[in-house]
Order: sequence, then C-alpha cells, then structure tokens
Amino acid sequence: MLFPAPRCSSAAKPHRVVVTGAGIITAFGAGWKINAEGFRSGRTAFRPVTLFDVSRQRCKIAAEIDLPENLPPNRLSRGDLRRLQRAARLLLLAGHEAWSQCGWTPEDPVPLVLGTTSGEMCLGQDYLRQALRTPRCFKHQASRVTHYLVQQQGINLANALGLHGEIVSISNACASGANAIGHAWEMVRAGRAERVLTGGYDALCHLTFAGFDTLQVLAPTPCRPFDAGRDGLTLGEGAAVLALENSVSAQRRGAEILGEIIGYGATTDTHHLTQPQPEGNAALAAMRAACASAGIAPEQIDYVNAHGTATPQNDSSEAAAIQSWAGSRTATLPVSSTKASVGHLLGAAGAIEAVASLMALRGQWLPPEISLDALDPLCRFQIVRKPVDAKMKTALSNSFGFGGANASLIFRRWP
Amino acid sequence: MSRAFVHGLGAVSPAGWGVPALRDILDKERPLPVQSLARPGWIKPLPVRAVPPPPIRPAFLAHPRLRRASPMTHYAVAAALEALGQDAELIRSGALRLGIVTCTLTGGISYSRRFYEEALQNPATASPMIFPETVFNSSASHLAAYLGSAGVNYTLVGDAGTFLQGLAVAAGWLDSGLAEACVVIGAEEPDWTVADALRLFDNRTVHASGAGALYLKSRRPSAAAVELAAVTDAFAATRAPGRNEAARKMRAQLPAGAPDELLCVCERGDPVWSDWTGKVLAPKEILGEAFAASAAWQCVVACDAIQHRRHASANVSITGAGLQAIAARFVDPNFLNTQEGASL
Repeated sequence: MLFPAPRCSSAAKPHRVVVTGAGIITAFGAGWKINAEGFRSGRTAFRPVTLFDVSRQRCKIAAEIDLPENLPPNRLSRGDLRRLQRAARLLLLAGHEAWSQCGWTPEDPVPLVLGTTSGEMCLGQDYLRQALRTPRCFKHQASRVTHYLVQQQGINLANALGLHGEIVSISNACASGANAIGHAWEMVRAGRAERVLTGGYDALCHLTFAGFDTLQVLAPTPCRPFDAGRDGLTLGEGAAVLALENSVSAQRRGAEILGEIIGYGATTDTHHLTQPQPEGNAALAAMRAACASAGIAPEQIDYVNAHGTATPQNDSSEAAAIQSWAGSRTATLPVSSTKASVGHLLGAAGAIEAVASLMALRGQWLPPEISLDALDPLCRFQIVRKPVDAKMKTALSNSFGFGGANASLIFRRWP
Repeated sequence: MSRAFVHGLGAVSPAGWGVPALRDILDKERPLPVQSLARPGWIKPLPVRAVPPPPIRPAFLAHPRLRRASPMTHYAVAAALEALGQDAELIRSGALRLGIVTCTLTGGISYSRRFYEEALQNPATASPMIFPETVFNSSASHLAAYLGSAGVNYTLVGDAGTFLQGLAVAAGWLDSGLAEACVVIGAEEPDWTVADALRLFDNRTVHASGAGALYLKSRRPSAAAVELAAVTDAFAATRAPGRNEAARKMRAQLPAGAPDELLCVCERGDPVWSDWTGKVLAPKEILGEAFAASAAWQCVVACDAIQHRRHASANVSITGAGLQAIAARFVDPNFLNTQEGASL
C-alpha cells in the first residue's frame, strides 16, 4: 500500500539512508571513473551543438554527449530497444550502472523516483512537426506519443532492469533531480521503503535550447559560475541514478557503501517564475531545512556544490543565501559549481551534482572551476579554482529551478 | 498509524466552475455535449469538452502572476482555492504550512506547442514570455505565489493514476510533519495536439480539460468528515502479466466492499469490477478524458458523496488506458468498520 504505508521496521528513530550504487553519464562520458576524473580535474566538456540546428540561435554550444552505440545488457525486447530515444537511453545507461553496483535483485519491489524537466521532448517536437507539415500522415505518431510520456522513460528503465514497484516522476524544473533524491530519501528514512532507485535525466532538445536562448540566459561562451564577468549558462545533458538503501539492510548484506544522505530541504521561492528573490531567502530556507533534518550546523559542512548556473541573477542570489546561511564560516567555506565542467543538465542537474558530491567525499578532493577568470566580489566564500585534495566529511548540494523550486541535499562520507 | 482527512474539495470541469456544477451534471448521468476544436490542416474539427467561461471573473486573475498564465494554471488555482476555503488566509498569513502536489500528464501543453511553433518559424523571435509557462511546475509555482506558500511543492507528471500517487505523497508529508496541510491538484488544459493524439488510440475518446483538488490534513474535521483510508500500490499495467493482472492485484488490496458503497471508475465494464453490485459512477463518460484531472474528479465525486451521506465509503479505481492500476478508498470515519481499519 502507498498509504498507509507499511513500515519496514518498528524503529522509532528515522532510518539512516546510504548510497549503495551510483550511475552517471555526462558529456565527460558514461561511468563513475571518467566523470570522477573530469570533475576532479575541472575539465570542461563543451562543444558545438550537432543534435539540432542552432544556426539562428545566439548560443551555439552545449555539453552534448556522444551516446555509446551499445546499451548494457538488459531485459528490453528488440522492439523496445529500437524505440528508445535519447533521454531514455541516458537514463538506462546511468540506471544500469547504479543497479550493477548496488547488487540488488529484482525480486523485491523497488520504487523508482525520477526527476526530469522535459522527458523525451524530442518526440513531442517530432510529433508536432509532422502534424503540422503532413497533417494526413500518422506514421510513427502513436509510438511518439507513447514514448514522449514522462512516465514511459521510468517504465523503460524498470522493464530493462526487471524492477517492479511504484514509479514517481517529479518535474520541478531544474530542482527535479534533487527533489527526486530528496523524496526517495524521505521514503527510506521514514521506513516507507527499504530501497529506492532514484535520480534525474534530461536530454538536449531544440525546444528547451531555444527557450533558454530567447530568455537570453545562454552564454555564447562556456559558462563561468560566480565569475564577475559571467554572461549566462551553458546547457548540458545526461543522467545520474542513485541506489538508496536503509543502512541496516546495506550493512546486513555487506554492500559497498558510497556515502550517506543525511539531510534534505525543499522550499518554494514565490518571488518570480524565473528569477530568484535577490537575497536568496528561499534558497537560504532550503539550506537551513536540510541542516535541520540532518541535525547539523552550517559550520559542519565542508564543501558546497552550488547550483551556480552562471546567470547574473542566480549566482548573486545564491551567493547571498550561502553567506547568510554559513555566517562566520563563509570566508573559509569551499564552494564550486560543477556546471562549469558539464553544463546545466536541468532535471538531471541535482542528481549529477549529488554524484559529484559523493565522488568528492569518497576521493577527498574538491571539484574546481578552472574557467573562472575573476571572482565576483559579491562572493565572500572560497571558490575552488584548481584541483585540490581536501579532508572532508560533509557536502551540501543546491538545486534551484524555474517556478522557485529549491532543494538542498546533504551528503556524508561513509564511514 | 498516520491518518489523512479531506478538509475541502474543488473542481473546474466541462460541467462548470465548482463542485456543485460537477455534482449536478453527474447526477443527471447524461454525457455533456461535445464541442469542436479546430485542427490545423484538417477541415473536420476534433471533438472536445471544454471548460465553460466562469460565471463571474475569478478575483485571482487580477494577480500579476496569473494574468498571463496558462488555462491549466487558472483551472488548478480555482480548484485549489475552492478546496482550501478560508484556510487560504491562514496560509497567506503564515499560520499554516501548506504542501502542494500538482499532478498532470500534459502540463502547459498549449504554451509548449505555441512556443515550439514559433521556434520552428524563427527561434530568434520566439516569445521569451511563453517559454517559462511551458515548464511542468509553472501552475504549482503560480499557486504558491498567489498563496504566499514557501513550503514543499512537487509537480508529479504521469497518467491519471498519478493523482492517487499524489494523495499518498501528501499523506506522507502530513505524517512526517513536512507540511501541516496539503492540497493535491490534478489539472489539464485543452489543446488540439492532445485531442489529435488521443484519437490515435481510441477515436471514441473525447478530450476534456479542467482540474480537481483535495485538501488534506491529519486532523479530523469537525463535521462531515471524509477520511483517505487507503491508496493501493501502483501496479504497472504495461508490463507482463498485463493490465488485467495489474487491476486484479490492485483490487486485492481493497476490502471486499459492501452493497451500499460507491465505486468511481474510469469506464464501466472493467472486468476487475464485474462482480460489483453497488452504485457505479464513471465521470469520464460524462465529462471526457482529462487524465490527472479526471482522476481528481473521480475522487472529488467520491468524497462529495460521502460528505453528503449518500454513501459511507467509496473506492476510486484507475485502470484501463493508463500506464498503471491504482485505487484509493475514502470512508466516513463515523462508519469506519474497525475490522476494515485493521485490515487496511
């Protein structure tokens, strides 16, 4: 039953939630190793867009992925595989890696909680183009409708892995991935599920690219979060999936634990549909809520993976929020935005940045922004500008989206 | 055990603005007349059931965030405000922490379609005013802004059954203390692309639009209480062993049922309910197909019937063309059989 939910145990205290699998694909490539190397070095992965025509757009670059030709072994039929489009493929690649790592078997129901902003929007575009240009031709249209639906990408992943369980798709703009992980964390923490597969995904598509371009928030050159001369964001694409598990269950089966999620805060910025409140009050509330749920103070956070889109408004508002939240810790607090490396992955961003934070905690290094030229004087915290090792125990990751969807997650090194 | 009570209902539908309009039309048990929607490139229009203009212009339309918003947003806000009633003021004053769950399948599709048409013609001149309205969570955001609600706010995207998942999410928030009250909304808007797509799967289906809302709290209301007794698991209907088995598993999680219970289904004739002897309502047959909004109307109708003491309990079943089989059960807590309470 989804409600009242059966409790996995009668423990009065909330369960500890650990990560026993993580899969990732970005413009760096597919897999933990290549992405960890990329984030650690601060390499950038931007290039001219080839997926659609950008000749009439102001911006012409993105962190576009070279999709691997072959998908990993899975349970989908040949027909299903043939119909899988870009977003579903990205999700399957990340999901398969997380699934292989966590060592779960499909016998037990495993809920799937995913975040995305546009799902398989490229199919929606194809549908509309054909409907307008050849209104009497219906070839492929029914299949486009089916696979365009956001839920279908979750169903494809579940079918590929043999999962059975509830599928939840959260679309909270650019906070979708973080909200999905946070929701999954709450399910395990409250004992409503023992295990949840969760994450976010989004593929580049013309509609979204054109949309951000018309808003003039896309930078013509690679993005530089928190730079004084920043001129906008750069889009990326990809997916990240995490296997979340009750710590008792994970330890009982001797699973390798990649890290722990200890806090989550979600708030709504009511200031404007696309612009954050200048002082970052809702972002501040999300960070505070995450700390409250983790039972720790800002001084105990060792690194902040900022939302850091590189738009003038986001970065100044987020800087104000971080500084209010961190207080006296501000001057020594390391902060960076991994969007400087792989771009803004929209609904996948929160999940990608969650994995980047786990990588940093496990490897004991800080992801740098090597493209930063001159730090915005508004920022009083330490922007990580070159690859550096660091002893750290906790990291906070921010994700903020259109509609004022704000989410913060806190990760802890395990053990 | 955590509990969730229905404290308010709201509806905007082809029957009109408000729950009474929905109740009246369903009581008549006659399908609403079908209207025509122009489809570019075709002489023959597509059939739809649209929401009629409101009898009085809603005051919320004067809000700066809502003037330019999509039809879906207008429907969602109207349904939510009807459900919240006077508590809207408590939320505005900060005295009540509200959680918002908005459920939709097609979202702000009319603006998405319009924006992409503009982008296809010339991306340099596509309207930057429209694009932000295309994000799935724009309706939820506008509602939060109108209410001044800075709390947790999710937009769930999926088929009709997603609305019932939304009820479970909200009940979880009430249980964990993340919110003191939650409004769950199912909303969809009209667009020729949706009517066109529906026709590919079943040309008898009529595209409809509107919204429905349930307002939940963990505290029992003083009068005419309706309790959300259960939301079953969501059983995927597109995987082996298929729709019928998914529906069978869903039904197995509900109590056997009594003859005086109400059953709200998507369509009559579902084999899983073939042995049902009580009253059956199928709002979609009268109003049309509006996905998450349709599921919300089913729940609104079920709760309304309990509130008006027409039935002591009601099951809402979502099966059929959707991607999952899922059900919710509502009861009058005064008549809640303790045996049933234990079995749930």
